[in-house]
Amino acid sequence: MEIYFDNAATTQVVPRVSDAVVRAMTENYGNPSSLHHKGYEAERCVREARESIASLLRADEKEILFTSGGTESDNLALIGAAMANRRTGNHLITTSIEHPAVLRTMGYLEEQGFRVTYLPVDDKGMVRAADFAAALTKETILVSVMYVNNEIGSVQPVAELSRLAKSYRPSIVFHSDAVQAFGKYAIRPAKEGIDLLSVSAHKFHGPKGVGFLYVKDRTKLKPILYGGGQQKDRRSGTENVSGIAGMAEAARLSCEDMEEKRQRLYGLKRHLSEGILKMEGTCIHGPAGEAGAPHVVSAGFEGIRSEVLLHALEERGIYVSSGSACASNHPASSDTLRAIGCEKRWLDSTLRFSFSDLNTMEEADACLEILKELLPVLRRYRRR
Amino acid sequence: MYQSFLIKYAEIATKGKNRYLFEDALVRQIRRALKPVEGQFRVVKEQGRIYAHAGGAFDYDEVTDVLGRVFGIVAICPVVILEDEGFEKLTEDVIAYMDRAYPDKHMTFKVMARRARKNYPKDSCAINADLGEAILNAFPDIRVDVHHPDIYLNVEIREKIYVYSRSIPGAGGMPVGTAGKAMLLLSGGIDSPVAGYMIARRGAVIDAVYFHAPPYTSERAKQKVVDLARQVARYSGPIELHVINFTDIQLYIYETCPHDELTIIMRRYMMRIAGQIAEENGCLGLVTGESIGQVASQTMQSLMATNEVCTLPVYRPLIAFDKQDIVSVSERIGTYETSILPFEDCCTIFVAKHPVTKPNLKAIRRSEEKLQEKIHGMICTALETREIIRVE
Repeated sequence: MEIYFDNAATTQVVPRVSDAVVRAMTENYGNPSSLHHKGYEAERCVREARESIASLLRADEKEILFTSGGTESDNLALIGAAMANRRTGNHLITTSIEHPAVLRTMGYLEEQGFRVTYLPVDDKGMVRAADFAAALTKETILVSVMYVNNEIGSVQPVAELSRLAKSYRPSIVFHSDAVQAFGKYAIRPAKEGIDLLSVSAHKFHGPKGVGFLYVKDRTKLKPILYGGGQQKDRRSGTENVSGIAGMAEAARLSCEDMEEKRQRLYGLKRHLSEGILKMEGTCIHGPAGEAGAPHVVSAGFEGIRSEVLLHALEERGIYVSSGSACASNHPASSDTLRAIGCEKRWLDSTLRFSFSDLNTMEEADACLEILKELLPVLRRYRRR
Repeated sequence: MYQSFLIKYAEIATKGKNRYLFEDALVRQIRRALKPVEGQFRVVKEQGRIYAHAGGAFDYDEVTDVLGRVFGIVAICPVVILEDEGFEKLTEDVIAYMDRAYPDKHMTFKVMARRARKNYPKDSCAINADLGEAILNAFPDIRVDVHHPDIYLNVEIREKIYVYSRSIPGAGGMPVGTAGKAMLLLSGGIDSPVAGYMIARRGAVIDAVYFHAPPYTSERAKQKVVDLARQVARYSGPIELHVINFTDIQLYIYETCPHDELTIIMRRYMMRIAGQIAEENGCLGLVTGESIGQVASQTMQSLMATNEVCTLPVYRPLIAFDKQDIVSVSERIGTYETSILPFEDCCTIFVAKHPVTKPNLKAIRRSEEKLQEKIHGMICTALETREIIRVE
């Protein structure tokens, strides 16, 4: 038995997507910049992907910039926008629960002389509009607020925050890291006041190493990669044609029947959270039900080290994360959990279960059964 | 420019009639070390010396790096081999050698000629004088110092003429394979790989045992130990790593024995199991990275308590080392970076907040009696289900 509940870390590539990748690799192997027919075919492959993704966001195809994934998209958005607007101000705003790709890039920008405000969040991981409004200054040039948090699934009111920002100072550039949101929510950047939006393919059954950045028309962006001047000089480097083709296919797939799939995910979330809460010494972090993202359940298990429970589940074929997989390489526990004021006893005892539309109710049931079995056994052997 | 490497060994030369055994082992180890290296090498014993002759092109840095890890070598001298085409040509070639080998000529030297082929027209004194003079004339910055020169320029007249002056320090110790085999208790820490390295340096072949405790220790923790074994194997040659699943034994001890004695009892069982594998595999001793007083389980009292269950001798090469000294060795041999990766090892997961530092042997033995019902079966299972990984 294999139950993969770590879809916020990455997802399985589905056959429709891998077929598209293989096709692009073996047939459209030309360089999109080559002048001959082979190059033209590859370019067309990239252009079709661009159009396809743009239409899913109700955006223009020239607003899509292909990158190597979420981290590059975030870096390009933040460094690119901050550097391009540095003459009009030096203040940036973000939240304290962003992904390291945003937080550490902000750290770099601080070294470059920018001032950064890190907004606190409430106990559900939500940014308060009042805090946000209070942080805005005449010097503010860029705001970055994630769409969906990767560890506890809180969903930020990005449209409302963008409105506040733009009515305070219209030139403010609004970035949102939507790596965990794309394919789960029908994102319409233009309507929601988002100027820059980061997306990564492997979170929605696409290949790793490819993503995109939505860049609203006329948004100034200084490149972070220099070279052959591909993608209108904004992101040099030969396009990852096969990855881009795979991402476009995965994007189309994830947006088909989105509402129906989301309801199924909420069903799984509800079932698993309720089941876990029935067990002794447990808790659920982040917003419950539809207030939070449909695919993330962050659960605490008192008196059990998360890594031990993770490996015990793994022995039974269930794959989950402790905190977030990106933070798991570091022994320090989750920053998001700290930011929501999580009690100390949960910090090193929390697991993240995250779903995709490939998961089933039966799997959630099996997981609950195994948890019921494991918790008492593991609690018997704790550090005394 | 070099075509050969003269291998110098010191300690081996003192071994009397067994000398050839040591030399043969060293030749084997050098051949093994050079096998993966680019180029062809002929490793030979000649006139009481060992040479690695290169046939064709090779990467000088790669060769000296690899030879620098072979135990038993005191120094490696890269050698230029010349045909005998008369003394005039030799003078020319030696000057060219000096020019290439030492870009900066602000130094002192002394020529050390050896005339092994006695029919050579000049004797060694004359060669010393004439070559020395030619070099002095060729390079205005260079000086002769016959007492404490910066470099000794060796010129040996044999069938061919061997010229060498550089000497790269070797790893020292004794060639692996001259001392028998030892079983290393390898954890993921800093100390045990260093201990294995040090015992291998005395000529021992090393095998290793690792205690794995899933789900308390992860696959990555195990991989880390495999990586460490591989790094030690760069010096010691192939290692057989025995991976023992220790979880059930550990939990049984946890349930049955007083908590502050847990670590000591656990270590006693590790020693017993390691000893059993060692004896089955023809090892003559166990090796640990213990050092007096480093942690509660390494006080002299604790060491005595764990030592009590061992029938084979336990070699503890780090016993009197300070932590910083161990770290220095581990950095030098390249295991440090792997050792400090943050994965939990099975010694620390259930460790008591205040473990005993002066265990009472009688109490420990009494506690272990409570385990007698099941522990032997568990040890058998652990031994039977062990995984053996061969690393090179």
